[in-house]
Amino acid sequence: MTAQAARADVPEPVGDRAKVLVRVENVVKHFPAGIGVSVKAVDGVTFEIRQGETLGLVGESGCGKSTLGRLVMQLIPVTSGKVFLDGVELTSLHGERLRQQRRQMQIIFQDPFASLDPRMTIGDIIAEPLVNFGVMRGRKLRDRVQELLRVVGLNPNFNNRYPHEFSGGQRQRIGIARALALNPKLIVCDEAISALDVSIQAQVVNLLEDLQREFNLTYLFIAHDLSVVRHISDRVMVMYLGKIVEIANSTETYTNPKHPYTKALLSAIPLPDPKLQRGRRLVELSGEIPSPINPPSGCRFHTRCPIARVPTPCAEVEPPLEEKLRGHFAACHFSNEV
Amino acid sequence: MTPSTRADAAKRLPAPILQVKDLQTQFLTHDGIVKAVDGVTFDLYPGESLGIVGESGSGKSMTALSLLRLVPDPGKIVGGKVLFRDQDLMQISDEEIRDIRGRDIAMIFQDPQSSLNPVLQTGFQIAEAMLAHKKATKQQARQRTVELLKRVRIPAAESRVKDYPHQLSGGMRQRAMIAMGLANAPSILIADEPTTALDVTVQAQILELLADLNQELGTAIMMITHNMGVVAGLCTRVLVMYAGQIVEQGPVDQIFENPQHPYTWSLLKSIPRVDALRHERLRSIEGLAPDLLRPPKGCRFHPGCPFRVEKCLTDLPPLTEVKPNQLAACWVTMDRAKKEMGADQLLDIRPGAASGLEPGKIIP
Repeated sequence: MTAQAARADVPEPVGDRAKVLVRVENVVKHFPAGIGVSVKAVDGVTFEIRQGETLGLVGESGCGKSTLGRLVMQLIPVTSGKVFLDGVELTSLHGERLRQQRRQMQIIFQDPFASLDPRMTIGDIIAEPLVNFGVMRGRKLRDRVQELLRVVGLNPNFNNRYPHEFSGGQRQRIGIARALALNPKLIVCDEAISALDVSIQAQVVNLLEDLQREFNLTYLFIAHDLSVVRHISDRVMVMYLGKIVEIANSTETYTNPKHPYTKALLSAIPLPDPKLQRGRRLVELSGEIPSPINPPSGCRFHTRCPIARVPTPCAEVEPPLEEKLRGHFAACHFSNEV
Repeated sequence: MTPSTRADAAKRLPAPILQVKDLQTQFLTHDGIVKAVDGVTFDLYPGESLGIVGESGSGKSMTALSLLRLVPDPGKIVGGKVLFRDQDLMQISDEEIRDIRGRDIAMIFQDPQSSLNPVLQTGFQIAEAMLAHKKATKQQARQRTVELLKRVRIPAAESRVKDYPHQLSGGMRQRAMIAMGLANAPSILIADEPTTALDVTVQAQILELLADLNQELGTAIMMITHNMGVVAGLCTRVLVMYAGQIVEQGPVDQIFENPQHPYTWSLLKSIPRVDALRHERLRSIEGLAPDLLRPPKGCRFHPGCPFRVEKCLTDLPPLTEVKPNQLAACWVTMDRAKKEMGADQLLDIRPGAASGLEPGKIIP
């Protein structure tokens, strides 16, 4: 496959040795919400994604995870901070130079119905990025589209059909084929499988894993379903109210959480096993998620935290995101007690 | 609930409170008839919590809506009986069924936002449910509304009564909906994906609330969901639906441990688990969801089933008892698939992969 030839230089194992593909430095995004008021959607976030890695991003609605995905893609401008892709600072680029960088990164959206133009054939939908960047045309373009359809497990002769002729799972495959068209390095999956039935989810997750292996793709996998994130990710990052509260490799996050919020989230997932589920205890969080317009002082989680010591230090000092164990970062003053 | 009481609840089965017999709901479309519910038969026992699981289009919501004769146009209930307190809900008059809705059988939906009227106070809407059935005077209704809001653990219930729906969070709105459902102390509460739109931490709280109410008030709960974890946490018995039919039913413990229908088995294997110790490839179900306009002949699951045999292509398997209290509609069943076809070691999940009856070998 051409994609492989084009990227013969990269097949490095994921790990400390793999090169950093994405670097996000102290990124902030505030949306204006009236005079002197702003929604602090993402509020000072720093992390890296290595080439060939899947970084999972979880959190509840309103925690800023989708905004962060869009910031990484530079679909919306940052308020402050920097985003690097493969050493290039995206946040300093504009116009055509930024557009050229966009070839390297693609996004797959949640809703397979809204993200495909109903009046375009799926062949045209998948060809659009290639045409847009003038990569190829004519017979070559047609062959490439058919090849992409085959790669995502669809019949290559379906290229003249319209999106409404396909099921949700098939449409998501079309979205994936479109994302792959330009041989991107990074794919952001924003709740890419949340709208699908479980058996179809499994198909798409398996496909994403196969494609990653084949093309050495890097994923930022945003989802609220922690079980799927655990399954697909090498490392998992947990967000709460615009901040990262924990990052660690996925087994660590799930077996040995170092932030009380992560622990509460995990305890809330119902296991598909009646005997185990009966013995589990829910870590109850008091109250509701505070408003991101006026987030709590100190640790943003202190208002709901079961182990917080208020007022000091939790309500006064913001805990830094520190390395608690090797490669395991958490932002909590009392991570030993979690 | 302790393990023993739950297992016991599944074992001793008193007289059912609701009996559904051969229920059939169809939609007449331009392209033909869609059999959304196709011969569904089951019993609901007093005080139990019954899960109905299946994927989109399997007919689980339509089954629930049919019970209360709430099927939207162009759907029609074309056959079957729903026996509740010695009367057939399909035969009684419109006024009579309206009396039963909300009084004896209440229903809550996925989206509490669109189930509540945005221009009326939440408390008023809960009281309205009681006044509509003349269950209380205005004064009593108001008082009971506050009690109900406390019961569903809405903090500061006395002041929250006056809140409009937009002033409540998603989880609180669902609590308010549950309060409304419980207003007339119904004997059955049908919950149609009540936690699907909620975050996991809120979902966990709502499930805990439903479990407590089921225990304390003895309200039978019919939980419609696509989430196997929700069933495992809340239900004592489960029905698994596929393409408008029940393919398996029985006690939750038994079905999760030893499913006998290949669809149930595949479904359980396709869910990634947060407590997984190592990375295993998910077992997807190959092929497409069945076209209900032209359902496949024989067993509806045969086009995607790794264990199908010749008979599956032509004959529809009946729901038969395969283990104590456990029914499955399958000619093969997983016991045989494991013994004879090595289902446990199976990596290839393509249709017919285990039985050898693969697509290329079928002569149409």
